[in-house]
Amino acid sequence: MMSDKKTLALNAAKARLLAVQMVYEAASGHPGGSLSCLDVLTALYYGEMNIDPADPKNPDRDRFVMSKGHCSPAVYPTLALRGFFPTEDLKMFRRIDGHMSGHVEMKHIPGVDMSTGSLGQGISTAVGMALAGKLAKKDYRVYSILGDGEIAEGQVWEAFLAANKYKLDNLCAIVDVNGLQIDGATKDVMPTEPLDDKFRAFGAHVITIDGHDFDAIFAAFAEARATKGQPTVILAKTVKGKGVSYMENNAGWHGKAPNDEQFAVAKAELEAVIAALEG
Amino acid sequence: MGEKIATRNAYGMALAELAKNDSKVVCFDADLAGATMSKYFLDAHPDRFFDMGIAESNMQGVAAGMAACGYKPFTNTFAMFAAGRSWEQVRNSICYPGLNVKVVGSHGGISVGEDGATHQCIEDFAIMRAIPGMMVLCPCDANEMRHAVEALINYEGPAYMRLGRLAVETVTDAIPGYSFELGKGTMLRDGKDVSIIANGMMVQMALQAADMLAEEGISARIIDMHTIKPLDGEIVMKAAEETGAIVVTEEHNILGGLGAAVAEFCGENCPVPVVRHGVNDEFGRSGKAPLALKAFGLSPEVIVEKAKKALTMKK
Repeated sequence: MMSDKKTLALNAAKARLLAVQMVYEAASGHPGGSLSCLDVLTALYYGEMNIDPADPKNPDRDRFVMSKGHCSPAVYPTLALRGFFPTEDLKMFRRIDGHMSGHVEMKHIPGVDMSTGSLGQGISTAVGMALAGKLAKKDYRVYSILGDGEIAEGQVWEAFLAANKYKLDNLCAIVDVNGLQIDGATKDVMPTEPLDDKFRAFGAHVITIDGHDFDAIFAAFAEARATKGQPTVILAKTVKGKGVSYMENNAGWHGKAPNDEQFAVAKAELEAVIAALEG
Repeated sequence: MGEKIATRNAYGMALAELAKNDSKVVCFDADLAGATMSKYFLDAHPDRFFDMGIAESNMQGVAAGMAACGYKPFTNTFAMFAAGRSWEQVRNSICYPGLNVKVVGSHGGISVGEDGATHQCIEDFAIMRAIPGMMVLCPCDANEMRHAVEALINYEGPAYMRLGRLAVETVTDAIPGYSFELGKGTMLRDGKDVSIIANGMMVQMALQAADMLAEEGISARIIDMHTIKPLDGEIVMKAAEETGAIVVTEEHNILGGLGAAVAEFCGENCPVPVVRHGVNDEFGRSGKAPLALKAFGLSPEVIVEKAKKALTMKK
């Protein structure tokens, strides 16, 4: 399934609206980093990945691991819009009588390939899936989105040591470089630059792109697929809170729900984007 | 009967052998294959063996990913690092999604010996038992270990199993009617005055203690509780009802392990004295393994003392 750019932008905008809405309705959740990675996620689910919502457990499917598992408001709407489950299910987000856990969860949500939430752990499971693909001689690919704050976890680097050792060219990790984390700017909380040199030193093929430019995103995915003998890391420069004016580039919206007024503003902004794309 | 072999060796050989018939079994180690005895698997199935280097946390996560793709991973490192270092990866990446990974911790307990406290894991039963849905095992000898490995290969879900470093006498093969079932204790010797529930190498010591008690006219029932969780409540209940006093012995902190599990169960279901025998909430120390065990009171003689204490408390 390959969508045109306008359709991709429309799907991403719809997902952003659902993301903000589910956090608003739950009065809890993580909008900032969800909004920043939604263009990459939309590109994965509407173009790059070989998946079938009618057959979510197909052993030959491509896999996706949201290593920054708090970005469930990006994953769940994307899966819902892509047809894995009804969008009404999103109303169950973070509810004790619901099945949509605060962090991405695989047992109860169709289309989720791995439960995540504890930072640094998802990428190791993605390495395991890629290793399994190599062992089984299958040609599926494994994608994983990490946060740029998340990569302070030592386990991330353990995972890339192993990805390098086993030459996992079926693994493509995307770092959502929005520059912000809970306590502030990533450069202040724990400086991680130069990211490209670090990942290169760990044996990855590194591509740096604008994470909101679909052409750049798909070009990077194509380059990753063409890269043999090593994993690829895409450094996607993004805007935290992308698409909601007052959330953009504001660390305060990492894990906070909008109030009634704030939600009305976000809704109006995103609906305007949707209307323009539909018109 | 009488063969002396460490459970880690029995494990390694059994896993390598049984994996011949199951191509889904894969094996991981973290640079300790020669000590955990996963080297037997490496030699037999090099294509299915993955050395992840000294990075236990990543190893558990990678295993989780392989399990999500239908493989049956066994991860290997020392108990200290399996249960300690990578506890949270085991909890969140393996147990929470309910993935079919067998976490194997070799070199459990004080009998690690010379390496000392940093490597003498005496907390693994407690912290692994605390994870919802986690099965926890500690077989006592080579015969039982072979059964346990086979059962674990065929069991779908997460489990933790501790292996021992020291060669121990094989005792279960001489028990008439011995059979192995996950989650079921085995009575190795009947007795009427007191029950001694043990796992790992404390089973052999408990059998010796039973002989010593017999000389004093005390009849001790010996229960081999290779599965700490889920606890076999039935066999504990029967021991409580029929002998009226229980000693639990394990190479583990007296807090949180098998002794605690049995005491919890008895407190709620069949209140009888339960005397815990193990490490008294202190770190281990370097020393030759037999001497280290003795220094911490992990001996048949102390089990005898505990049995007598339980008897004095019996109504």
